[in-house]
Amino acid sequence: MVTYVFLAAAAVAVIFAILAVVPRNPMTNVFSLVVLFFSMAAVFAILGMDFLAAIQVIVYSGAILVLFLFVIMLLNIREVEPFGSGRRWQAVIGTLVAGGIGALILVIAGLLLPEQGSVLPGVADIGTAAPIGKALLSTHLFAFEFITLLLVASIVGAVYLGKRGDR
Amino acid sequence: MTPADMVPVPYTWVLALSAFLFAIGVVGVLLRRNGIAIFLSLEIMLNSANLAFAAFAYRFAGRHATVAAALDGQIFIFFVIAVAAAEAAVGLALFIVLHRLKDSIDVDRANILRW
Repeated sequence: MVTYVFLAAAAVAVIFAILAVVPRNPMTNVFSLVVLFFSMAAVFAILGMDFLAAIQVIVYSGAILVLFLFVIMLLNIREVEPFGSGRRWQAVIGTLVAGGIGALILVIAGLLLPEQGSVLPGVADIGTAAPIGKALLSTHLFAFEFITLLLVASIVGAVYLGKRGDR
Repeated sequence: MTPADMVPVPYTWVLALSAFLFAIGVVGVLLRRNGIAIFLSLEIMLNSANLAFAAFAYRFAGRHATVAAALDGQIFIFFVIAVAAAEAAVGLALFIVLHRLKDSIDVDRANILRW
C-alpha cells in the first residue's frame, strides 16, 4: 500500500519536474514546481518525516514559490525563449551531461550500497517536531543561530539590491 | 498507521527518484536562458539533494538505531531549505536589478560587470 503511494508520488514528481523545466511560460514552471513540492512532501511523510513534510509545504510552496510568483508578476515576464533554443550543440551536450550525472548517481548508489533490502521501521516518532526541535536547540544550536544570521544578511542584501536610486 | 502494518519503501527507490530529479534540474540549468527558469531548476536540484538526505536518514534510522543518525539528516534538510530561502531572496533581487538595467532576464544578455 505504502509502496503504491510512493510510486504515485514519485511519478507525479518526475512528470511535474519536467513540466517545471520544459514549458516556456514561467507561470507554468512555477505552478508545476508547487505540485512537485507537494509530492515531495508526500514522500517525506511516507518516510516518516512529518515535520519536514510540513516544512516543505509551508516554507517552499508557501514562501519561496510565492516570492518567485511575485517577481514574475512584478517584472511582467512573458515567455523569453523556447526550450533549448539557441545553440543545437548546447542542447545535445546539456542533455548528455544531465543523463550522465543521473546515471552516475544511480551507479554509485548501486555500487556503494548493494543491499536492496527494505528498511526496518526506525525509532518511533523520529520525524516529529519534538525530537527535531530538541536537537536544533541543543546539539545544533550554533548552526541554527548561524542560519538565522544568514537569513537576516540575505534579506538586508536583497533590500539593498532592490532599492532604487543612486548608490 | 503504525510502522508495523505497512511494507516499507526501499530507500534505493528514494535515491533513484533523487537522481532523476537532479538530472532534470541539470537539464534545466544547462538549456534554459530565462533566469527565473534557471532558478527554478536550481530549486529542483536542491530538493533532489534533500531527498537523498532523507533516504539516508531513513536508511540509518533502522539499522543503527541511534536517534542522532536519523535526526542529523533531517536537520540538514532543514538547513538546506533555509539556505534555499536566502538564495532565492538574494537571487531574485539580482534579477530585478538585471531587469531594470537590461529590460530582460535572459542570462545571455547579462554580459557586463558594472553599470
